Amino acid sequence: MNELDYIWLILGMGLVTYIPRWLPLAVLAGRRLPGWLVEWLDLIPVAILASLLLPLMVVSDTTGKADPLRPEFLAGIITLVFALKVKSLSGTVIVGMLVYWLISSLI
Amino acid sequence: MKHQPVETSHRVKTGIYQGVAAAWPVCLGYVPIGLAFGVIAQKAGLQPWQIGLMSLVVFAGSAQFIAVSMLSGGAGAVSVILTTFVVNLRHFLMSSSLAIYMGGTRKWLLSLFAYGITDESFALNLSRFKQGNWGIAQALTVNHVSNFFWIAGTLAGGFAGEFIPDGVFGIDYALPAMFIGLLVMQLKGRRYIITAILAGILAVLFAMILPGNFYIIAASMLAAFGGVLISRRRKPEHGGE
Repeated sequence: MNELDYIWLILGMGLVTYIPRWLPLAVLAGRRLPGWLVEWLDLIPVAILASLLLPLMVVSDTTGKADPLRPEFLAGIITLVFALKVKSLSGTVIVGMLVYWLISSLI
Repeated sequence: MKHQPVETSHRVKTGIYQGVAAAWPVCLGYVPIGLAFGVIAQKAGLQPWQIGLMSLVVFAGSAQFIAVSMLSGGAGAVSVILTTFVVNLRHFLMSSSLAIYMGGTRKWLLSLFAYGITDESFALNLSRFKQGNWGIAQALTVNHVSNFFWIAGTLAGGFAGEFIPDGVFGIDYALPAMFIGLLVMQLKGRRYIITAILAGILAVLFAMILPGNFYIIAASMLAAFGGVLISRRRKPEHGGE
């Protein structure tokens, strides 16, 4: 991506981020949202993270097929167990890096 | 209410002091995450000015991490922008909750305030508004002080990244590990777990069928919809409009 394309990308990202932040303050002025929409919006972050993560771990970059024996996936399971036990973001990142480094140097 | 200019400026000054005093935990949280983001973005091939520009214009942590992860995988601008939109749709919910407390505030101040709504500033401002004695001066100060620390942290990380060798000590895995940590923090109940599993399975299937990175939006929107349906079927008395 060249520098000009990058600036357009950032402007696009900025615009689509600003609109949902601004619209309720400027237009809705305290009106209540329907219950299903509140629930749907509330589930979006967890859904995004999961749909970003699992293909990153399981789907091979080269063949495009699912492969549960990739080091990314094996390290992911151990990192997930650690994260569930010890609820620390920085701890999870450090353990994840360590486990991935160990597994990929063994395989 | 009659306020003289002197009193107004005094009130604004007090508001700014109160905002700064309240914002420090958010800033303390933003600096390490910002540093990490800067380093990871630099490793993904972004220059410090590109990192700073993203933090200034977008100012949304998770979306920035996700965008960098997608860009390093060669994703196109359209799928990155669409994914950013869906990731940041949750701010709609936060902005709606804050709007209740901000009636009578001038439009341009509201528009400025909207820019700084993040998960963290939202949580802080909402609890202060609920306690009372909180106004637009305080809330704007919280948003902009934390914004400043986010930009500074990510920029510092971008410069520091140049001194960290590529591939050192599993650094390629920092981003996936961070997403795992963020995901676990979001698992606040059964329907979140069900939605996450559904999203993961759908995403793997879609990743093998759909072109580019559109599987992320397709799977997450569908899974969140599935999560709503399942939780409504379980407890029909819940919600109900």
